[in-house]
Amino acid sequence: MNAPGKTIVSLRDVGKTFENGTVALDRFNLVVGDGEFVSLLGPSGCGKSTALRLIAGLSAPSQGEVAGPSSAGKLGFVFQEPTLMPWADVAANVRLPLKLAGADNAHSHAAAAQALNRVGLAEFAHSYPRELSGGMRMRTSIARALVTEPELLLMDEPFAALDEITRFKLNNDLLDLWQTLRRTVIFVTHSVFESVYLSRRIVVMTPRPGRVFAEIAIPAAYPRDERFRTSSEYAGFCRTVSEALSQAMAGGVS
Amino acid sequence: MSARVLRIGLPILTLGAVLLAWDLVVRLFAIPPYVLPSPLLVLSTLIADRDLLWHSLLVTLTITLEGFALAAFGGIVLAIAFNQWRLLEYSFYPYAVILQVTPVIAVAPLLLIYLPQPLAVLACAWIVAFFPVLANTTLGLNSVDHNLIALFELYKASRWQTLWQLKLPAALPQMLAGLRIAGGLALIGAVVAEIAAGSAGAGSGLAYRIAESGYRLNIPRMFAALLLLSLAGVAIFFALSLLSYLALRRWHESALTRES
Repeated sequence: MNAPGKTIVSLRDVGKTFENGTVALDRFNLVVGDGEFVSLLGPSGCGKSTALRLIAGLSAPSQGEVAGPSSAGKLGFVFQEPTLMPWADVAANVRLPLKLAGADNAHSHAAAAQALNRVGLAEFAHSYPRELSGGMRMRTSIARALVTEPELLLMDEPFAALDEITRFKLNNDLLDLWQTLRRTVIFVTHSVFESVYLSRRIVVMTPRPGRVFAEIAIPAAYPRDERFRTSSEYAGFCRTVSEALSQAMAGGVS
Repeated sequence: MSARVLRIGLPILTLGAVLLAWDLVVRLFAIPPYVLPSPLLVLSTLIADRDLLWHSLLVTLTITLEGFALAAFGGIVLAIAFNQWRLLEYSFYPYAVILQVTPVIAVAPLLLIYLPQPLAVLACAWIVAFFPVLANTTLGLNSVDHNLIALFELYKASRWQTLWQLKLPAALPQMLAGLRIAGGLALIGAVVAEIAAGSAGAGSGLAYRIAESGYRLNIPRMFAALLLLSLAGVAIFFALSLLSYLALRRWHESALTRES
């Protein structure tokens, strides 16, 4: 799959074996270009979260090479849970990355306000996480990841715990953000429908050990909206991806 | 609303009933005051001996608060040190446990031999109060959300930043729970040491008054001093609960009322 523009992330023959002997990734290859929206799709336990943590530098590969943005501000990470500090209000949570980097107050306040604006939470800057709904907490988490204006956004099943209505809304908002900001997104999910709706490219993974089974391009034009979600084109892509996923789960390593 | 009235009203009603029964028993069976004084006699003793008892209360409270403050400081600092340097934890934690599990009443006489009496009392208060602070703060520091730790790592937070901005605030609920236990224990430690010092002690705390009144068969004063001790314990508990509530009310589940 030819990635447009310069390469942002590359993983070459990466293996990851945990201390307990579990082989999470084996000869895993991935190249992501600037401005792409790539989904890693697979069942739980296929090492997709592990791949994301390797890219983020949160863990080191056992074999192979991982190359990606290395400085702290160039990378945003959205966890499966909102992962907010419950003792700090929304604005303080969003400001955290800048505060840790030692940015001056005026700059960090302005940047946090802008990031909150982008996710539609400007009015909730002084609420505490527990006062927010699940969707709003996830928006806060996304705002925090965006506050440093990273070139790469890593998302680890961010919407898995949300109800469908909220998930669809956040899917649309994420696509809007991606189109406005033109950042690279690597999105981990176990939902075929979500991956097809969002991605330009889907990497289907096999479980135990995690390997790339297939890469499927979704050439549908952006912006994508509810009309795309109900189109036969979308249904067709979903069928293709579903079949690839079933084969990957049957253990067929290509 | 009515639940609240019941929660405050019922204990008061119970107290009234118990006091009434107590008074009736003393009158009906004509129990002499050196066996069991009536509640009114206890109250009048409290008023008559107010200067003496007030002074003793202040002595005990001072020791308790000093012991508590040292325990809070020592417990928190030690917990942070253990958290930052594992080898330190391995080296000293077992001895902290030994210090805790050895009954303080058995340690007090030894301390009274080696230390001047006020210092021995303070040491007792500290020994019993510091462990819950240490244990709870350690638990709190070790149970920080792993994803939040990963997040701080991702943004290359320094060790110091992780401690101040993540671990300590995350440990605050457990730390406050430890302090709440320590407040009551500091009072117990002070009382135990005063009792152990007994008549040999030059101190004049409430526990010393109780022991002294016992020797003199001044039972009403024993009751009056006991009442003050109990009120002091309740006051310490409420003060620390209030502190905990004020610190956590915006964010921690324990300080929030559930909406039904």
